[in-house]
Formats: sequence, C-alpha cells, structure tokens
Amino acid sequence: MDKAKSIVEQNGADAWYAFNSPRISNGTTNAYSAAGKHFHYLHQDLHNHGSPANKCRLRRRMDSGKKNRPPFPWFGMDIGGTLVKLVYFEPKDVTAEEEQEEVENLKSIRKYLTSNTAYGKTGIRDVHLELKNLTMCGRKGNLHFIRFPTQAMHRFIQMGREKNFSSLHTTLCATGGGAYKFEEDFRAMADLELHKLDELDCLIQGLLYVDSVGFNGRPECYFFEDPSDPQNCVKRTCCLDNPFPMLLVNIGSGVSILAVYSKDNYKRVTGTSLGGGTFLGLCCLLTGCETFEEALEMAAKGDSTNVDKLVKDIYGGDYGRFGLQGSAVASSFGHMMSKEKLDTISKEDLARATLVSITNNIGSIARMCAVNEKIERVVFVGNFLRINMVSTKLLAYAMDFWSKGQLKALFQEHEGYFGAVGALLELLKMTDDF
Amino acid sequence: MAACVEIGGGGHSMDKSITLPPDEIFRNLENAKRFAIDIGGSLTKLAYFSTVQHKVAKVRSFDHTGKASEFCMDETEDEPLYEVSVQEEITARLHFIKFENAYIETCLDFVKDHLVNTETKVIKATGGGAHKFKDLLEKKLKLKVDKEDEMTCLIKGCNFVLRNIPHEAFVYVKHAEPEFRFQTTHPDIFPYLLVSIGSGVSIVKVESEDKFERIGGSSIGGGTFWGLGALLTKTKRFDELLQLASRGQHTNVDMLVKDIYGGAYESLGLTGDLIASSFGKSATADKEFSKEDMAKSLLHMISNDIGQLACLYAKLHNLSRVYFGGFFIRGHPVTMHTITYSINFFTKGEVQALFLRHEGYLGSIGAFLKGAEEDNPNQYSWGENYAGSSGLMSISPDMFPMQRTRSGTFDMLEMDRLERELVNLPLLLDSSSYIPDTVDLTEDALAREYWLSCFEEALDGVVKRAVASQPDLQDARERAEKFRHKYRHKLQTLRHQPCAYGSLTVRSLLDTREHCLNEFNFPDPYSQIKQRENDLALRYFQKVVSSMEMLSWEDRQFALVKGLLAGNMFDWGAKAVSDVLETDPTFGFDEAKRQLQERPWLVDSYSRWIERLKGPPHKCALFFIDNSGIDIILGVFPLVRELLCRGTEVVLASNSGPALNDVTYNELQILTEKIAAMDSVIHSGITKDRLILVQSGSSSPCLDLSRLDKGLATVVNERHTDLVVIEGMGRAIHTNYYAVLRCESLKLAVIKNSWLAERLGGKIYSVVFKYEQPRE
Repeated sequence: MDKAKSIVEQNGADAWYAFNSPRISNGTTNAYSAAGKHFHYLHQDLHNHGSPANKCRLRRRMDSGKKNRPPFPWFGMDIGGTLVKLVYFEPKDVTAEEEQEEVENLKSIRKYLTSNTAYGKTGIRDVHLELKNLTMCGRKGNLHFIRFPTQAMHRFIQMGREKNFSSLHTTLCATGGGAYKFEEDFRAMADLELHKLDELDCLIQGLLYVDSVGFNGRPECYFFEDPSDPQNCVKRTCCLDNPFPMLLVNIGSGVSILAVYSKDNYKRVTGTSLGGGTFLGLCCLLTGCETFEEALEMAAKGDSTNVDKLVKDIYGGDYGRFGLQGSAVASSFGHMMSKEKLDTISKEDLARATLVSITNNIGSIARMCAVNEKIERVVFVGNFLRINMVSTKLLAYAMDFWSKGQLKALFQEHEGYFGAVGALLELLKMTDDF
Repeated sequence: MAACVEIGGGGHSMDKSITLPPDEIFRNLENAKRFAIDIGGSLTKLAYFSTVQHKVAKVRSFDHTGKASEFCMDETEDEPLYEVSVQEEITARLHFIKFENAYIETCLDFVKDHLVNTETKVIKATGGGAHKFKDLLEKKLKLKVDKEDEMTCLIKGCNFVLRNIPHEAFVYVKHAEPEFRFQTTHPDIFPYLLVSIGSGVSIVKVESEDKFERIGGSSIGGGTFWGLGALLTKTKRFDELLQLASRGQHTNVDMLVKDIYGGAYESLGLTGDLIASSFGKSATADKEFSKEDMAKSLLHMISNDIGQLACLYAKLHNLSRVYFGGFFIRGHPVTMHTITYSINFFTKGEVQALFLRHEGYLGSIGAFLKGAEEDNPNQYSWGENYAGSSGLMSISPDMFPMQRTRSGTFDMLEMDRLERELVNLPLLLDSSSYIPDTVDLTEDALAREYWLSCFEEALDGVVKRAVASQPDLQDARERAEKFRHKYRHKLQTLRHQPCAYGSLTVRSLLDTREHCLNEFNFPDPYSQIKQRENDLALRYFQKVVSSMEMLSWEDRQFALVKGLLAGNMFDWGAKAVSDVLETDPTFGFDEAKRQLQERPWLVDSYSRWIERLKGPPHKCALFFIDNSGIDIILGVFPLVRELLCRGTEVVLASNSGPALNDVTYNELQILTEKIAAMDSVIHSGITKDRLILVQSGSSSPCLDLSRLDKGLATVVNERHTDLVVIEGMGRAIHTNYYAVLRCESLKLAVIKNSWLAERLGGKIYSVVFKYEQPRE
C-alpha cells in the first residue's frame, strides 16, 4: 500500500491536475428523446432525491436554467477492493457556443483525460475499450474506461480537494464497497458528496446497457467455439439478445455469483473468497511479482503439472472407477511438500498453478450454482479476466466438459467496467426526477 | 515382553521409537488370517481377523438324576445345584493397527515372525501407498498383494462403522463442554454424503451398501494446504502447519468485507468480518507476512472452499447427512472447527458437519471386508472392544506436534464379533431418537468426576474378587494386577479425554471394566457368588410364595413389588451393598425389606399400577431381569408367577454373557428348571410355552434397547408384548430412565448409591417405581 501510494504521490501531481476549475457545463439537447431504446430500462425505479448530492445538483440547474440533464463532467465510479474503475463520457457534440462557455477547468479535464492513456504510473485508460459515437442522455460522445488501484484512493481524494473539484457541483455517482468506505473521506477531505449505489444493481444495469449498445458496431459478448480443445478453440462474438435467465459470475478481488432473471429481478446465489485478489496475493507471495500483468505473464509461460499432483501421480494412470483422467489435477500444489519436486519447478510454474487452481475452483462453484438454479447461460465478468486468456478458455472448457455440453460460458469485452457504467447510468437517470 | 523396537536416525528420532512392546500392538497374530492394509500418505493401517481364546464360565446342571431331576428336588443340603466350569471358547475379533509409514518395514518383519498360520495367501491392499509398497509387502510377508479400489474400501468401511459402533459420528463444537457431540446410531444409515479430504477432495453420495457415486470433487484439498503451506512458510510437516495456523491471524492477510466497505455490506447481509478475498492483502511486494498468519489464511481458504462445495452438492442431491474424513480432518480440532464453521455458514445451520471416530480406519476396514466377503461379515453384529481399542485422541492444538505424533504413534481398534445379530427393540416409540444413557458424563463434569472416582475406588474390590474367583490358578494375581493397571489407565485416559470412546456414561465405564476383565481371562468373577446365592435363595422360594398366597389380592400386589425391590438390593455392583454383603453374610431378604424406603417413594406411580392391575390382564410382559440369587428367585419369580396366573404370558430376558452378579441366560435356564420342579405355575408356564426365556444379546450390567438379540425382537413381535418391565439401577436408572415405549412400561430400582440418590433428591435405598402408559 505504501509503495503504491508513493507512486501516485511522485507522479500523480500531474496525473490529476486537470480536475481543478470551478465552472459548469452547458447541455442543450433534450436528454430523454435522443437516448433511444437502450435507455428504456433506466427509468424503472426512482431514487431518493433528498441526498446532498441531489440538492446540490438541483441548485446548480436552477442557476443555469438548463433542464433534464446533469452538468458535465459525467463520471461513473466503481471503487472495488483492488481497483477503482472510472468511466468518463466525453461529449463530442460540443458546439462552438458551448465550448466558449465551458469553464477552463472542465475543458482541461476533458482534454487531459482524452489526450492521455496513462495517468501517473498507476492510472490507465483502456483505449481499446473506448465506446465511440455513443448517445447518452441526448448527447453524442465517447465513453472512456479508466482504472487505478484502490490503494491510490486517498491521493485521488486529496487532489479532488486541492483542485476544488466540489465547485463543479457535479454529482459523483459511486458504487463498490469503496463508495461506503471512502464516503466520509470524500466529504471531509474534498467536500464532495458521493451518491452511493449498490454494486450489484450497477453491475447488472451496466452489463445490459453495454450489451445493448454493442462494442462499436460489434457485439460485446463472446464465447469460445470448440471449448473442449483449449489449444485451437476460437473466440466468437455473439449477441445477448435474450439474456435471461443468466448466471452472472463477477470475479473481482473476490467472487459474487448472481442469478439474474430479468433486468430488475436477481439474487446473489453465493460468493467465494477465492478470486482475483487471491490469485494476485498468492502470486506475490510465491513469486515476488508485483502486478497482475506480471503475474499473468509468468502464468502464461509456466507449467502447473510439476506443481500439482495429478490423478496419474496417485493411481499410475486414469482412475477408471470414477472416470477421472490421469491428467486431471488431483491436488493443487500437491507436490510442493516434497523437496525433490521443489527443485524442479520455476516461479512461472507456481504462477500457472495458482491461476489454474483459482480458475478451476470458480468454474466448479459456478457450474454447481448453474445446475442448482437450473440456468444454462453463465456470464463471466470482472477484472480477473482482463488480458487473461488462460482463465477464459479454462472456464469455457470447464463449463462445457463437466456439464457435458449443457452449460455455455459467455464473456464480455468490458470485463470489469460494468459497475462503473451502471453508476454513470444512475447519474443520467437522475435527470428524469424533474 | 519383547524388547521395544527402536528406529533411530532422521530428524525426528524421538517420535520414531515405538514405546509399546510390539506384541501388545500386534496381538493374536498366531491365529491371524485375512490381512488387509491401507497405506496412505503418512499412515499405514493394518487389519487382520483373528480368533481369541477366552476363558468362559459355563454353568451346567448336575445330571446324576437324569431327566427326572426336573421334577423332583433330590439334592442334598450341601450339594450345589449346578456346576460352574471354566471352558475355553473361541471368539472372532478384528484387529486394526495404525502407525506411521516410517515403521512399515519393522512392523511387517514383526508380523512375519509371529505369523504361524500359513493358510493366508493374499493381503488386500488399498490407499495411495499400496502401489509404492507392493514389492515390500510381497517380499516381507510372502503374501500376494491384491489391490482393492480405494473409494470402494472407504465406503465399505464407513458403512461398517456407522452400523456397528454406537456413537461413531459426532459434531464438533469448539470451546464447548464437551467439544464432541456424539450422534445416536440411526438404524437407517443411508443415504449420506462422504467428503473425503485427502490430497484432493472426493465427494461421494452413498445410497446403499453397494451403490455409491463420486458426484464431485476438488483439487483444492489437504495436499493444497500442505503444499502451498510448505511454499509459503517453509514448514514441511503437515502437523506443524496446523500448529502455525492455530496461532495465526488471518485478518492480516485476507481482505475482509470491512476492508472494502468500511463495515458490513448490509443490503446483502454480509458481515464486515467475512472474508471477501483470501490473501487479498498480500498482493504487495513490500510487506512481510508472518508464517502463522499465512497458514491461518490458507486453512480458512481451503476449509471454506471445501465446505461450500460440500453444501452445493448436498443441496443438489437433497442430502442432510454429510460426513467428513481424510487426513486433512483426522482428529485435528483445528480443521474440524474450520470445516464446521464453513458448513454452518453456507447452510445457515441446516446441515451439520459430521465426523467419525474411526475415520482413519475406514479404508483398512473396507479392504478387510472385501477380502472376507465369503465369511459374510456383514451378517454379524460387531462391538467395539474398549479394552483393546485406543480411543479417539483428542489432543489440544496447543500441544507440541512431537507429543501429538508420539502419543498417536500406535493406535488400535478391536472389534468383537457378536454371536448373534443385534437389532432395535420393536417397542421403542422412536428408535432414531432413542438414547440409552440417562446422563452423558461428557456434558456433566460433576457427575463425571464422581463416577470416575467411584470406579477407581471400587477397583481394589474388583481385583480382590477376580483373584478370589480363581483360587486354583496361580497366575490369577498377576493377571488381576494387569487388569487393574489397564482399567486404571482407561479411567485416567477418560479423565483427560472424556470423549475418547464416544459419549462417556456409567454404562460405558461398566462395559469397559467387563472388557478389561475378559481381556485378562476373568470371564466371570462372580460365578461362585452367584452360585452360592442362587442356591440359598432357592431354599426360600416356596416359603416366600406360600406367604404371598395368604395375603389379600391388594396386599399381595404390594408384597410382590416390595419383594422385587428388596431382591434388587442384592447387587454386588453397588459398593454400599457389596460392603454389607462382604461383612455380613447373614444379611438377608427381610433385612433388605427393612432398609427400603417407605412409601411415598422417590418416584411413585404404584397407585396407577394397582389401578391398571384391576383391569384386564396384559397379553405379554417382557421382563429385563437383573441380579442372581434373591433378586431373581425371591423377587422376580413370585411376580412372574402372579402375572402368569393373571393370564399374562411372560418373556424373561437375561444377559447373554456374564456381567457382575447379573443372571446369565444359561443360569436362568437352570434356575427356571429348578423352580419349575417346585412350582406348578412356573412348570405349566414352561410346558405350555407361556413362560419364555430369551437372551438379550448383551453382556453389560446396563441395557441398550437399540442393540438387542434378534431372537428377542422376534418373540416380542410374535407375542404382541404390551408390557415391558425393566429392573435395576443399571437398566432402569443409568439407562432407559427416559426411554419411551409404544406400550406400557414399568421401571423399578432401588438407588443403592447415596451420591446418585442425593442427586435425584433422595437418600440411599430410595425407590424408583415408574409406571408409564404409552402416549396417545
């Protein structure tokens, strides 16, 4: 934590410098009419209007005389256990008049966020995920996807204060546990009121929204054809036209498994503490690596068969009585108490074994839940799956193999950002309250 | 005794020396046959079937008058009425020995040297190590190794212990008193889920003796804890890893809900202390984590994961009984606790995690049973021999691992084959909820302390009695001393580990004493006393009966009950009474009557009993009898006679084998014969098949109505028994006081122990007369 913080402190001053000027944006287009059919589900339930954030927004709207649209900047934030996910809507239909009226501060935020791909050492914009020419709340623009470690949160808040972010009078819609954990810090340190949102609500709304608008003309969702052959299986896109019921498996630091029956009817079936945080935590301890990327890179190169005890290591071959193949893993890390085996393995092998065991375990629990809930479609999301082809293919294989083809594993290009998108949608939805 | 086996060298030389003489471990090898072995990752379990030559006391009628003796009393005053002889009897016994793999060679050598029987050609082998040690086994034992499927053996073994060992399964409750909550044996053991946590995890659904299916599993198991734990902590030994874990703080390593939310995630009901991400805090390169904390976090991660999977499978297959086993569990309080916690969490208490006392032996039991299929071992009932079995080792997690390993170095289980099959009393209202014992001494520390001391104090007297019972045998004294040593050791073990043999009860203390006496060839220390007292009492029988006949109906009923109670005073198992009987040989029936409490008794439903007797006669009464001598002859028989006269059939159930001065089935046959010769009512009862003698299947001073001789159950059903009379402290107070039957029952006893009497709110020689009618 200390180290991560120091990185932000050293390099972060410029990173968040953009958020500083206290003026407001002007929206012109009618929020509702242009939003299109994708928005219809956003107007279902009305939220409590009495929060300080709402009052603040109300005051500002009165001042400007503009209606039905929150002021820029439009952010949605999801503060998880490990990562903060931020989505930012960049309006591309800014008129010359608007541009003139736009406060310096707001303009520089926009310029800074859109012209950089990295913010300090730990903030990163996933350029490849950018959703272009999107119409949101009547405005056309691009949706940007940015992440930074939760450990840098205090530095982030402090900058919000230094740059007087609160004077923009924007509503900060935030979800994830951090919305609760850091609420008081936002208030005390930066005079910012968070509009807190439930993370599972946001996750589902965000997912359904991104699927409905697609990924720049392509479907957002994909699966693996021929999952039983991980070497040669091919990634194929598909449309989630009729997504219900689905089992939604969100793999962040930990794992939550939801059964979703309709856009607003879902339940959390179970969860497990063996998630992305466990993979990274164990990899750091076992290999001395420092980042998720590093850990994944090692895992991609490693071979877990020397770390794990396989069925054939115990039975000399297949265990026919139970239909277990000799190559199946009988015991993850099951060789590591033996000195001889220890001498033969590399850090990469350990990283691979960690990744495989965590992934298989999630697959196994997800499969059981799917069977118990009688759901055939299993959608895996969350940042654990980012740049993690080993796990996505393994999950696809596990779902297919253990269910004898009954279950289908589906994945999403914007893996970990749905909560943040959901939070942004809530911000936009609030305009209808008036 | 043979010299101890010493295997030196290695880093753990201290715990590699066998401290018990091997011939106390590998017993009865001379007649051993049908070997089976289960070689696991660290422990070997050897099983064999053997026969044990026992001395048994037999009684036999003197036959010098031929058949006619039944009908005439022609014995002279000095001649005993029956003959007691000690004979050799051969009984079957299963031996199971568990030891560390390090001793395997030494042990095989010892077995080979002592194996006289040459019939044995094969050894059944199972477990992961069976493969690795195959050559060694064949070379050392000159037996062909016949490999058996591991899971099949495990399930067979599991079925066997669940069926044959009362209090086999338990729930573990950390910090509770006691930590172990034993489950009553359910007659229907299927279906159940067995979660075997070895290197990996296998989840098996068992539906019947032969039908089971591996419905799932996981590669995250005991091997993961061990392997990953070794990598993280550089600690190579499994036990030491558990030690580390029990001292650690997982919250330093795990990311909790409150680390993310600042508190609870209330809308989902997730508390702040819940682990959101195992090892979630260790994703940093510049912080050191303690070995203890990492081991604890790992233990939680794996236990929770296994618990979660088990619950998902239990739910999917609609199973509520889930047993956990495998080396990850094996008696380790730490892992039993974390698994229990996980199951409670995931099922919100709907499913209980169950553990097994003999979990470590399941594979070897199963392998043995596979090899013994032609002997049909499943058609017999078996009983745990408390004298020969080590019991569950409940070692505090704080104990040094070396001590732990050392104390558990050689663990033994012995099962005696019972001659007859045991079943439930068909008259039990609910056999699944029936608990024989009135007080569980594992839960009642005060009572435990009293009874353990009481049995210890009585030990001198028992030893003296044992020696006196074998005046002609020169080694009697030596054997009696060995008995003393063994039983005292058992009592000491139970003081420290009350749960060592399941629930600790007065019954189990008594049974353990009988097993230990048998072990050292004191099959029936009271045989002469019983003989003398039977002899004496028979002389008064007719006098007692005729004095009863002079009374009015109402007075006679009371006199009969009083006589029965007074007769029950003559109990050598009760120290207060045996002291009197030892010092005052003239203490007789009338003195006993005078000592009895006056009505109203401590528990007194006599009036309701009398009212009932004024109604129609019972169809058939089942009578569980107690002591020899005055009790059976002057107490029970006059009442039996009265019942017969009322038109009630009577089934007299006596012990199959000796226990204290209780009447045995053989003795009862002779006594009945003698009484029939003097009394026409008894005689006609016998000849008209209206008085039936059966054996209970037990050799205990107490009574377990869920383990009774099948023949008894058949008679009870055939005769439409509608009254059960249970007599004596052991059968009606220590056990069955709360037993609920489907028919009328009468439980009567004299409390011959002042401590117990006081506890029940009375004085010594208080009377319990508990007459109950079935609930609607």
